[in-house]
Amino acid sequence: MQEDKLTLSESELILRRAFANGLQISEESVNDALQYASTPGWDSVAHMALIASLDSTFDIMLDTDDVLELSSYPKAREILRKYGVRF
Amino acid sequence: MSAELTAALVREDPYAEDCAEKATRLLAEMNALTSFHAERCLPYLRILSAAFHAKTQFDCLADLPFIPVRLFKELELRSQPQELIVKTLTSSGTTGQRPSRIFLDKSTASAQVHALVRIVRSFLGIKRLPMLILDHPGVVKGQNTFSARGAGILGFSQFGADHTYALLSDTLHPDWEAIGSFLDRHRRERILLFGFTFILWQHLLLVAEQDGRKLDFGDSILIHGGGWKKLEESKVSNTEFKQRLRHTLGIRSIHNYYGMVEQTGSIFMECEEGYFHPSDYSEVIVRDPRSLEVRTMGAPGLIESMSTIPMSYPGHVLLTEDLGIIQGPDGCRCGRRGTFFTVLGRLPTAELRGCSDTYQVPS
Repeated sequence: MQEDKLTLSESELILRRAFANGLQISEESVNDALQYASTPGWDSVAHMALIASLDSTFDIMLDTDDVLELSSYPKAREILRKYGVRF
Repeated sequence: MSAELTAALVREDPYAEDCAEKATRLLAEMNALTSFHAERCLPYLRILSAAFHAKTQFDCLADLPFIPVRLFKELELRSQPQELIVKTLTSSGTTGQRPSRIFLDKSTASAQVHALVRIVRSFLGIKRLPMLILDHPGVVKGQNTFSARGAGILGFSQFGADHTYALLSDTLHPDWEAIGSFLDRHRRERILLFGFTFILWQHLLLVAEQDGRKLDFGDSILIHGGGWKKLEESKVSNTEFKQRLRHTLGIRSIHNYYGMVEQTGSIFMECEEGYFHPSDYSEVIVRDPRSLEVRTMGAPGLIESMSTIPMSYPGHVLLTEDLGIIQGPDGCRCGRRGTFFTVLGRLPTAELRGCSDTYQVPS
């Protein structure tokens, strides 16, 4: 486990934690397969909690477009890059 | 400004299309939706057969087969199999009536969100604003079934940040402390207020007035909807509504929206001049409540609302139970193009019988 985490960048770990907090799931279950409306628990209510969690974790405010497009875990990484987060 | 940039901005604006071009585009989209639903929704096909000679292609928007909005209370109207339905919306339902049930598949739900974003963003800009929800947090509880109120709050939440509820869950009394600290956190920022017309009137404004409280929401924009029914009974006009909100809560800019759970997403926003505007996703015409003939500009009648959004249920052309007046094609002083209209209110129930009887569905 420790070894696995060492291969991940710091921002990746922070992103995982932000997702876990926002979607109320365990950090271990955060992975690239997470998808809006398909992953149990990631519904429209949880989505707003996730956005709030990303906003405060990275101290940014996602634009409306990005709120809409943030439909999977990989997509979140891609969008956050635009806000200067480096992975 | 480069031509490319201008074109991009025009596409961005959902109120910029030329009237004639829009009519042609919309007619094609509506005809396609009519065929689509006729093939997939048996009760809808029966209506077409009974009242429209089973035709699905028409030459002008006014000829399109409309169905009374109340049919969604009486029938289960679905154009996709149950297993593809991801969300069911229900209307609040007036006392003694069954609520409407609107079945959404993934693509309809996502089309709703995209339409709403494009429409509302043209009023708010792309930056999300600190958002005070003039309701209580209990409204958005529930998993796949949402009340129209809950769906409205969630839909608008994507334009907001630091979402704060202004009312307490159990008592619906204003949470003055939460409101106060929200305002402290966002002094000098533009803020978004969202709520349902009657709720914010009854549970926020009237309470503040009774308590003699005065607040200043600063650079704020209020978007509200959901209908005036009970306010009409207490004889409050839109002008008075705005004046009192400005006076007591200091809200600068106030926009009502007209919409229905049966056509979520493609809402009609009230412009700065006080008129409702259809967007790229919608159109309205007005019909005589008895003959159902199309009424000309300036004459009151039943509002027929068209939307390009509904794909999982046949709700693209609906005859509402609301009275309205078409004020004109183009020419609103706000600068938005196309039809603009006013809503007078609900048609008295006694008269409603007449027009819904026209559409008895053969069993």
